[in-house]
Amino acid sequence: MTLLFEQLLNGLQFGTMIFLIAAGLTLVFGIMGVINLAHGSLYMIGAFVAATAAGRGAPFVAAVAAGAVAAGLAGIVMEVVVIRRLYRREHLDQVLATFALILIANDGVSMIWGKVPLPVDVPAALHGAVPLGGFAYPAYRLVLIAAGLLVALGLYLLISRTRLGMLIRAGATHRETVAALGVDIARLNTVVFGVGALLAGLAGALLAPIIAVQVGMGEQILILTFVAIVVGGLGSIRGAFVGALLVGLVDTLGRAYLPVVLKPVARPELADSLGGGLSAIAIYLLMAIVLVWKPRGLFPAGSR
Amino acid sequence: MFAYVRAPLAALLILSLGTAVAGAADPPTVKIGMITTLSTPGGYLGEDMRDGFQLAVDEEHGRLGGVPVQIVIEDDGLKPASGKQIADKFLLQEKIQLFTGIIYSNVALQVVPSVVEAGAFYVSPNSGPSQLAGRGCNKNFFVVSWQNDTPHEATGQYAQYLGIKKMVLVAPNYTTGKDAIAGFKRTYHGQIAEEIYTGLDQTDYSAELARIRAANADGIFYFLPGGLGINFLKQFTQAGLKKSMKVVLPEFSLENHVIGAVGNDAEDLYGTAHWLEDLPYPANTKFVAAYRAKYHREPTPYASQGYDTAKLIASGLRAVNGDLSKADAFRAALRRADFKSTRGAFKFGPNQYPVQDWYSMKVVRDPKTKQLKLRGVGKIMRDQGDVYASQCKLS
Repeated sequence: MTLLFEQLLNGLQFGTMIFLIAAGLTLVFGIMGVINLAHGSLYMIGAFVAATAAGRGAPFVAAVAAGAVAAGLAGIVMEVVVIRRLYRREHLDQVLATFALILIANDGVSMIWGKVPLPVDVPAALHGAVPLGGFAYPAYRLVLIAAGLLVALGLYLLISRTRLGMLIRAGATHRETVAALGVDIARLNTVVFGVGALLAGLAGALLAPIIAVQVGMGEQILILTFVAIVVGGLGSIRGAFVGALLVGLVDTLGRAYLPVVLKPVARPELADSLGGGLSAIAIYLLMAIVLVWKPRGLFPAGSR
Repeated sequence: MFAYVRAPLAALLILSLGTAVAGAADPPTVKIGMITTLSTPGGYLGEDMRDGFQLAVDEEHGRLGGVPVQIVIEDDGLKPASGKQIADKFLLQEKIQLFTGIIYSNVALQVVPSVVEAGAFYVSPNSGPSQLAGRGCNKNFFVVSWQNDTPHEATGQYAQYLGIKKMVLVAPNYTTGKDAIAGFKRTYHGQIAEEIYTGLDQTDYSAELARIRAANADGIFYFLPGGLGINFLKQFTQAGLKKSMKVVLPEFSLENHVIGAVGNDAEDLYGTAHWLEDLPYPANTKFVAAYRAKYHREPTPYASQGYDTAKLIASGLRAVNGDLSKADAFRAALRRADFKSTRGAFKFGPNQYPVQDWYSMKVVRDPKTKQLKLRGVGKIMRDQGDVYASQCKLS
């Protein structure tokens, strides 16, 4: 029972981190109609800048902030220089151009920082584990969950309670009307893109102590992120949140329990490797089921 | 598709030789085709190997064994198909007769057969697949590193020696991962609590870590190359599991770059290797000092393998004075392995894979610099060949 609870926490933590990346991706797609494959590169930039700042002796919070801000700025530059030209193009052009951005970002990062992964330590105060009745959970992962939920709440308030949020919602569903009402869509786009990039950078910086900070790290997590926003419904923050948590939980629980479930019915070696294989496709199975049931995802933009 | 979205930067780097005008008695320049992995997250392995190789060429000012060499380098991007394309181009257009460089076995298995069938030579600095070690061995194929199973057999032996009663084994769910676990189990005879197979693109290991804790074992072995192992070790330590389990690793998961990336989490880890930077052989001392001076980073096993590969090739080129059309003489010279290896004693088995010693090692804190360092502990296996050699029939 405690093991199940621990695995649920693991899934929640993984899901909230996916959400941080998914939020920007889904906003950019929902409002601007751009498929940004290079979103993972912003996550990578966040992690590298945070790692560098922490390595130079910056306090952890400052290092994380530096990573997020750097990714946000990189995102704004990316929007102004490249993405802006893609709004009216077809998805194929967008995929091609943002794919090129991935290559440029990866090679740029390896020119600046090299190919060898960078070290980042967990801040000393969060190094231990917290007893949670029956088991101890790493303190840092609890902080990640809290940070993810806080950002989700903040985004919810931003979208539902502020003028900017109103424009974002309107832009996602009635783009031409918003423009006709005299809103500077170009600036709105830049702001939204920057916020999305900032969140991706925040995720990269927060995850830096528990994953390898290395070139190409963005593409590893991007595919999960795409699954999350497709499951949740493109363009919707609420959808991204639910989709990310579902993906995090299904992926984690699949890896935790499929091999165990298969043990009684198959030889041990087979159960282990079959379980490993099945858990790898569990999230795609989830996506397929959701899409059959709701072809536009759980909460598509404009459904509220 | 995104798993393969990695820079296929096929940068053709022609490192021209440093020799000045060739004198009359000089043998003609020998071209060496180096197909290796420089892009992708695994690119630093190829980079280290290439730099180690280049160091040996620089020592002789652009020559190997007194013969001027030109190294033609191309990046395979970890894709077997690109590796094959580059090999075909090297063979047909560049007329290259001597190949090296491949890091990953999936690429090697595509490239090596076509190279050796064309009558050219391939000297492997890293990949030593079982498919080419037994019945599939070839007289023009040499491996300087190890057979792929041996690092894991050495690690199993060390886990046994450390008296670990119950192990958890972790590897990615693909052929090489399964071979690693099979290799480990060949020499470790304690209880296996769990075998866990992970994804090749996995970043989060919390689910596996909870299973590992539930398994109540006193030791863990994992074969997770490069970044995967870094992710895993960071999360393993944070989960507090290192207090109750000994971590015993093959050298891929415990080299200087990994230690640099995980920081303090590497303390007290155990491992095995065929090369260590503090091995007291003159060839090694010289290599380590020169590598640090030239590249300003710590050497890895990959770097030493690149250097040794160049030295072996040098011994062969010297014997035929750079004339690769004397294939039999070149092959015989390579087989003698008449060079000073950075790892001490080195010879080839009947399948032209190495027979060598394996060392146990531990990560300890240097009392002076307070830095974490890999320290050799002892020899765990002597004159170790591989289990496939007996199936190889080379005339």
